[in-house]
Amino acid sequence: MSEPLLAVRDLNVTYRSEAGAVPAVRGVSFDLAPGETLGLAGESGCGKSTIAGALLRVLPRGTEVTGEVLLDGEDVLGMKPGRLRAVRWTEMSIVFQGALHALNPVQRVGDQIAEAIEVHRTAENSETRVAELLETVGMPARRAGDFPHQLSGGQRQRILIALALACNPRILIADEPTTALDVMVQAQVLELLERLQKELALSMIFITHDLSTLSYVCRRTAVMYAGRIIEEGLADEVFARPKHPYTAALAAAFPLIGDRSHRMNPSGLAGDPPDPRAIPSGCPFHPRCTVAVAECTNADVELWPAGEGRQAACIHVLDCAVR
Amino acid sequence: MTSIAWDRRRRAFRRGWAEYRSDREGIVGLVVLGLFFAVALLAPLLADGSELRAVNTTDNPVWAPPTEFRPLGTDNLGRPIYDQLVYGSQVSLLIGIAATLIAIVIGTVVGVAAGFFGGWTDAVLSRLSEWFLVIPFIPLAIVLAATLGPSLRNIIFVIGVTSWPVTARLIRAQVLTIKQRLYVERSRALGASGAHVMGRHILPNVMPLVIANATLTVPIAILSETTLAFLGLGDPLRVSWGSMLEDAFSAGALGREAWWWYLPPGLCVIAVVLAFTLVGRAIETILDPRLRAGWRG
Amino acid sequence: MSDVLLETRGVHVRFAGRHGDVARAIDGVDLVVKKGEVLALVGESGCGKTTLARTIMGLERPAEGEVIFENEPIRYDRGFLRTYRGKVQMVFQDPMGSLNPRQTVYEAVAEGLRIQKVPGSEATRVGDALARAGLRPPERFVHLYPYELSGGQRQRVVIAGAMVLNPSLLVADEPVSSLDASVRGEILKLMLELVHDAGVTILVVTHDLGLAWNIADRIAVMYLGRIVEEGPAEKLLSHPRHPYTRALLSVVPEAEEMEQQILQGEAPDPTRIPSGCRFHPRCPLVASGEAERLGIEERCRGDDLSLHEVAPGHHAACHAL
Repeated sequence: MSEPLLAVRDLNVTYRSEAGAVPAVRGVSFDLAPGETLGLAGESGCGKSTIAGALLRVLPRGTEVTGEVLLDGEDVLGMKPGRLRAVRWTEMSIVFQGALHALNPVQRVGDQIAEAIEVHRTAENSETRVAELLETVGMPARRAGDFPHQLSGGQRQRILIALALACNPRILIADEPTTALDVMVQAQVLELLERLQKELALSMIFITHDLSTLSYVCRRTAVMYAGRIIEEGLADEVFARPKHPYTAALAAAFPLIGDRSHRMNPSGLAGDPPDPRAIPSGCPFHPRCTVAVAECTNADVELWPAGEGRQAACIHVLDCAVR
Repeated sequence: MTSIAWDRRRRAFRRGWAEYRSDREGIVGLVVLGLFFAVALLAPLLADGSELRAVNTTDNPVWAPPTEFRPLGTDNLGRPIYDQLVYGSQVSLLIGIAATLIAIVIGTVVGVAAGFFGGWTDAVLSRLSEWFLVIPFIPLAIVLAATLGPSLRNIIFVIGVTSWPVTARLIRAQVLTIKQRLYVERSRALGASGAHVMGRHILPNVMPLVIANATLTVPIAILSETTLAFLGLGDPLRVSWGSMLEDAFSAGALGREAWWWYLPPGLCVIAVVLAFTLVGRAIETILDPRLRAGWRG
Repeated sequence: MSDVLLETRGVHVRFAGRHGDVARAIDGVDLVVKKGEVLALVGESGCGKTTLARTIMGLERPAEGEVIFENEPIRYDRGFLRTYRGKVQMVFQDPMGSLNPRQTVYEAVAEGLRIQKVPGSEATRVGDALARAGLRPPERFVHLYPYELSGGQRQRVVIAGAMVLNPSLLVADEPVSSLDASVRGEILKLMLELVHDAGVTILVVTHDLGLAWNIADRIAVMYLGRIVEEGPAEKLLSHPRHPYTRALLSVVPEAEEMEQQILQGEAPDPTRIPSGCRFHPRCPLVASGEAERLGIEERCRGDDLSLHEVAPGHHAACHAL
């Protein structure tokens, strides 16, 4: 097996706030092979967007980050500022959620892309490169002169993708790239990302709360809860046959059209995803879990093998293994 | 249920107070203000009012520095600076607060009406407040003082009438923002009349802004009074910090380096203005993010 | 037709566009809502579904056509609207914004009772409404402020505030889209319970076909201000007839069996509605030449059309059907 392009080992991110330390990510490890798409699923407060920021080291100052982020063997967390700036955007870049404020509202979109190119001096003529990039993402080159508010949501998302591709990175981190978009536009953007991945041999980390999208776009998926990965495996397997009760609940929130067992049968979880400042003891999911047992309150859960290429952080997985 | 509502309000107040306590600058401001208010209220106990009239001070040395005449020396007519300072606080604070009250009341009514009713009401009221904003303060004050006469009441009127547009603009903007909030639409969907929306949603959400704005308008009013008095437009029968500065200036205290005459009133004005500003900022900080900081999810 | 609760007949709603042009947000909608059902109004952003919901609520006034509630067209004078609002209530998309941050849960729920001047014990009604909305025991919640609640709880408060008036119709505009995915099911379950226990009729406005599959009896699909297909939920979602519905279903990840038909571009804005069938510029039948082969392409480009029956209780607006 070749070396993973990106290897994250025991990543911990703790924000500092007036209320004290907030542990947003607690011991996350995963690999990303070249050309692979990995999905990170979870809801608000689970830490998935924090990971994106941690990988590029763009978290607010004072945030504690420990662990290793090995890009081709080199630890991003240990890089000196000069090397880090060279790596940012040219090796790894982020596609943000296409909200209006992700782009500078008073600057033309073409200029914003050109800025990235010029900062890293990755092309001779930034204007031609911008036109190239716009074409790659399926937009006419003349739109470079538009302002963000003149574009639709889908078009803005394409601009953000173009921006992320400006310096030919090897890894693209897509943070909720389709969340605010309509279903049809979402499909267009997903199709675009799929095509780009093949044409440019990109590796992608796809972050979203929409488990069903992940099974469509990614090969492997990791589900996060309360700052930890609680299940990991092949994307469609995880969606269709979840091993962790939280994954099952999350999957149930996206009913399969055509599946009669989902007719007139909405199922959801009581309570809320936990506040990172007040994570329950033992298994963080136990207060909301329908199959929790006594040990769940104080057992130390970790990712245990749960089948071929699968892991899940649930006590019940151990029972199955024994059986 | 109302007793429980009051209980919640008391708890909210205590929480606000606890937050305020953590703002060091706010506490400093509050203490300084407390001091000045105490001085103004207790003036008869702290100073001798008769000494303010030149006829009573013929026995005092004139132009006496603090080393010669305790505690702050005398002016060119032998009047002790200390007594003038203490009694002057009454006028400065009174004018500051009274003028602010007028400005806030007019400004809030105009701002709420313009924002809530929109249309012609808004157009007319906005043009009116813009007109007032554009007029330069001092020439207007001079004209008004000249026509109405320089009494305490008129000074309060002049300052109040020229300060309300700023408040009106602020309040109008806030009303427009609240009008678009989803809970106002929900209220309408429940069948609410305009009066209900105004009373239950708009006004309660505008009041914090009014309070913060009022606290920040008082120093402006005090400075305005100081300016007017310095220009000789103040009430000639009452001593204020501004009139002290005017007297000092016209008597040539600068040339004579009689610092004990012009420095104390100047410093007092600065101190009070700063104190109000600190308190106002502290209140603003509490009232604003509290509505945002607590949100979860 | 005694089982019809609400009907819109030939409703047109127009807004003034930015440059003096007219946005035809709703361009002729005939919708029927039957008593006791859950009707899902489905479409993408800009199709007019929220405007239609607000028109049904009486918050927008149609330029043409009428809204008929319990066989009586609604009027727009204050007295009628107030009574109407006692019978038709709305739940909004954003639970955070729908609640005044300075009002307690009690006050938020009681507001409707006070506005409508409902006699009887306010406290009892508020408590009952909260309990019915799943906030039990109500005493634990009445004194809380919105910021002390979770997203799901806030939405329950909004639902309680609407249900406290015992409306016949509840209009829910994207009731769960701003909630965390794992919490949505609870709110949807609550809505179904309300239909079952309180006999309320629900009109759900959503872009989520999965949600419609989950809880709707009937579905109406909207595109650019018109309903292009409507019918029983199961039939419509398993055998969609209109090309737009088919395309929508094909790209929804939860319906994997269909071959993807990703439409090009985005829906044009309501100030420039295409001639003929408004969907023809993006229609896969036209683009693939199928329309030509069927001999209907000219009609697609030139003849506007409205819903016609394609199966019992199932209507679509397509020249190919």
